[in-house]
Amino acid sequence: MTDAPLLLAEGLTKYYGARLGCADVDLTLHAGEVLAIVGESGSGKSTLLGLLSTALDPSAGRVSYRMRDGILRDLAALSEAERRLLLRTDWGFVHQNAADGLRMAVSAGGNVGERLMAVGARNYGAIRAEAADWLGRVEIAADRMDDDPRTFSGGMRQRLQIARNLVTRPRLVFMDEPTGGLDVSVQARLLDLIRSLVATYGLAVVIVTHDLAVARLLSHRIMVMKAGRVIEHGLTDQVLDDPREPYTQLLVASVLAA
Amino acid sequence: MITALSSAISAPHADPVLAVRDLAKSFTLHLQGGLKLPVVSGVSFDVAAGECVALGGPSGAGKSSILKMIFGNYRIDAGSVRLADADAVVDVAQAAPREILRLRQHRMAYVSQFLRVIPRVGAREVVAEPLLAEGVPASQAIARAEALLDRLNLPERLWRLPPATFSGGEQQRVNVARGFIGSQSLLLLDEPTASLDAANRAVVIALIAEKKAQGCALVGIFHDTETREAAADRVVDVTRFSA
Amino acid sequence: MSDAPARPRPAGGPAMPAITYNFAYLDEQTKKMIRRAILKAIAIPGHQVPFAGREMPMPYGWGTGGVQVTAAILGADDVLKVIDQGSDDTTNAVAIRSFFAATAGVATTTRTSEASIIQTRHRIPEAPLASGQVIVYQVPIPEPLRFLEPRETETRRMHGLADYGLMHVKLYEDIAHHGHIATTYAYPVRVAGRYLMDPSPIPKFDNPKMDDSPALQLFGAGREKRIYAIPPHTRVVSLDFEDHPFAVQRFAAPCALCAAEGVYLDEVILDDAGSRMFVCSDTDHCATRQADGHTGTMRAPYGSSAPSSPPPPPHAGENETALAETVPTPSGERP
Repeated sequence: MTDAPLLLAEGLTKYYGARLGCADVDLTLHAGEVLAIVGESGSGKSTLLGLLSTALDPSAGRVSYRMRDGILRDLAALSEAERRLLLRTDWGFVHQNAADGLRMAVSAGGNVGERLMAVGARNYGAIRAEAADWLGRVEIAADRMDDDPRTFSGGMRQRLQIARNLVTRPRLVFMDEPTGGLDVSVQARLLDLIRSLVATYGLAVVIVTHDLAVARLLSHRIMVMKAGRVIEHGLTDQVLDDPREPYTQLLVASVLAA
Repeated sequence: MITALSSAISAPHADPVLAVRDLAKSFTLHLQGGLKLPVVSGVSFDVAAGECVALGGPSGAGKSSILKMIFGNYRIDAGSVRLADADAVVDVAQAAPREILRLRQHRMAYVSQFLRVIPRVGAREVVAEPLLAEGVPASQAIARAEALLDRLNLPERLWRLPPATFSGGEQQRVNVARGFIGSQSLLLLDEPTASLDAANRAVVIALIAEKKAQGCALVGIFHDTETREAAADRVVDVTRFSA
Repeated sequence: MSDAPARPRPAGGPAMPAITYNFAYLDEQTKKMIRRAILKAIAIPGHQVPFAGREMPMPYGWGTGGVQVTAAILGADDVLKVIDQGSDDTTNAVAIRSFFAATAGVATTTRTSEASIIQTRHRIPEAPLASGQVIVYQVPIPEPLRFLEPRETETRRMHGLADYGLMHVKLYEDIAHHGHIATTYAYPVRVAGRYLMDPSPIPKFDNPKMDDSPALQLFGAGREKRIYAIPPHTRVVSLDFEDHPFAVQRFAAPCALCAAEGVYLDEVILDDAGSRMFVCSDTDHCATRQADGHTGTMRAPYGSSAPSSPPPPPHAGENETALAETVPTPSGERP
C-alpha cells in the first residue's frame, strides 16, 4: 500500500445561494480504504458526496485524485472528456435509487456492458461473457441477463448497479445510501456482498449512510456531519464506541438494538 | 505470581512489546448534562514478549477501558501506548486511524467479550478472516480456522453457519478462535472464558500458553481466579490507577 | 441552382388577385438563413445544425424539413425528382413535386439520372448518384441517441465528446433479444470518423450507398429544426460489432417485374388468398430496366401488354418485407 492518498479534499465548501451545503471539509482517502459519512438528513453528507464525485462544483476548496499514472490531479482542471473517462472507468457510483444509476429500459447484460462499450469494447461475445461473469459475482441468475431492471426487486437492482460499476475494475466507488429503503434481510445480503467485493478488489469507498450499523460493518473510518460541517472523524469503532461530540453521542444512543 | 508494577527500565532483557505510560481516560456524557466520568489516570505498565499480564481489580475499575485504549478502540486523553512495530515503536495514542488499522492487522489482536456478528458470514470464515487479511491463501486459512474450532469443541455442523444464532458459549469460542488464529505479537483478552465450561477454559489456557511460548505478549482480564492463575505471569492492579 | 426572380404577378381582375408565391415558396431571407445552416452542416459532416424552421403548408411528418432544404437550394434550372419509399407517385412524392412545380416552376422528372435534386423519404435510389447531384432526405427524428438518452443537453455533450458507447448498447440489446442486429432502418452511422448520425429511416440496405458518394447529401428535420449533411466522397460507416458485422438485407428472389437482383424489394399482396409478389421499391429503376427489356417472372415483356405506363407502384411502406429476412415495418415519419 502506497502512502500517497487516492483522493484528497481540501477546504471543500458548497453554498446553494445563501444556504450552506457543506463547509471546510478536508479529507484523504487511501487505496482500499472505506470511509463512511454519517449524519441525519440535511447534514450535508450528500452534498459532500456530490462534491467529491464532481457531480457538484464547489464554492470553494478542491478535490484531487491520484490517476492510474500515479499523478495527483486537481479534478476541476480535468477536461470534460477526461472527467467522463474517469467516472466510467476508475470510479463507480452506486445510487440509493437504482433508477438514477441504471438504464431501466436496457437489459441487465446491457447495463453491465455499457461501460465496456463506452471505453471501446466492440466484440459482442466478449462483452456478453464479461457481463455474465459480473452478474454471477453479484448473485444475479444467468437467466435474468436479458431482462430489464424494471422486472427486478430492489435488492437485485442494487446488485446490478454494483456489477455495472465494477465491470471496469474501478479503484474508487461512491455509494449514496446503497441499502436505503430495502428490507432488513435484503440489506444484510447486500451489505455482505459489498463487504466481500470491497475486500476482494481492494476498493476505496466513500459511503454516505445514516445507518450507523452499515457504517460499522463496512467502514474503516467515519466522518460525522452536522449542519454542513464535519464535527467528528476517526476510526469507525473508536467514534462509535467512544463518541466525543454531543451530537455523535446522541446518534449512537439513538440506535435501536435488535 | 502477583507483583507490583513491573518496570521496563529495570528489565535486563529486550525492550517490552508493550509499554503503557501515564494513561488517562474519562468520559463526558453530554446526554446527561455533560456529566464527567473519570475512569483511570496514570496507568503505567510493560508487557514483555512471552509474558501474560492480567489486569486485576473489581468491576468498574477500568480494566476493559485500558484494553480498549491499547487497541485504539477508545480514545486516549493523556499518556502513551508504545507498541513494538518490527524495529520501530509506535504510540497508539498518536497513531492515525490507518496506522492503527495496520497495527491491528499485524501487531495486535483483541478478543472481546461479545462477538460482533457479520450477516451471512459463516463461523469458519469469521475465524479465518484475520489470516486472509495477512495474505494467507484461503484454503490454508480455512483449514487452520477449522482446526482451531475443532480444538475449541465447536461442533462441525456449526462451522459453515453464521454465528448470529449461536449460544453465548459458542459465540465466545468463535471469538477466541478469531483472536488466536493470527500471528500478532500482542494479544488482548477481555474475559475470554466468561461463558465457557471447564473443558473449554482449559483449551483457552493451553492456547495462551502456546502463544507465550511463541513469544507473544498478552494482556488479559480474567474474572475467574483459576484461569487467571493458570494463564497470567503477574497481575497489574488497576485500582491503583483509579481517577 | 441560382435563384430566379419571383415570377411576375399574372394579370388578373382587381377584385380577385391570383395567388402568387415567392420562388420556391420561402422568402429570400429565410432561404439565406437555411443556406447558412446548410453550409455549416457541410463544413462539419454529420453534425446537426439548428435552423429557424418555418411553418410550411403541410403538416410536420410530411417532409417539411426536406422541403425547406430543397426550397433553399432550388434554382430555376434545376430538375427535381421526389420519391417516397422509392416511389415517384405516392401521395407524398406527388404533393411535394407539384408544390415545387407550382411555386418554383422547375422541371420535374422521375428519372434518377436526369434529376439535379432528389428529395427522398426513406430510400436512396438504386441508380448510383453522380457528382453534381444533391439528395435531400426528409428526417423525422435527427438525434440517433434520442431513444437511449432523452436529455438534449446530454446528447449534445455526447456528440461534443464523441462519447458514443451508448449507441452500441442499443445494438447489444438487439443481438441479446433477437440474436442479430435487428435494427433494419435508420441504422446509425459514423460520418467522417467523427459524428454519429441518423441516416433517416432509409433501410440499412441503402447505408452503403452513403459511403463515398459523389453526390451531396443533405438532411432536413422540420419538426426538430435541424439540418445535417454528408459532403461528396465522405466516409460513412455503419456501426457494428466485430463478431456481428454490419450486413445488408439479402433477397431470395429477383424483382418479379424486372428481374433485378441486389436491389431493395417491396412485398405486394395480390389477393385475399395471400398470394404476393416482390418488386423493386425504386419504381424508376424498375421501369427503366423493363424498358431495357428485362423481364421478371410475373410480367410480360415491356410494352407488349396492356399497361402503357410503368406498372402500378407497389404499395410502399406497410408491407415492406424481405424474403430472406424479416424486416419490421418502419414506424414511418407520419404521425
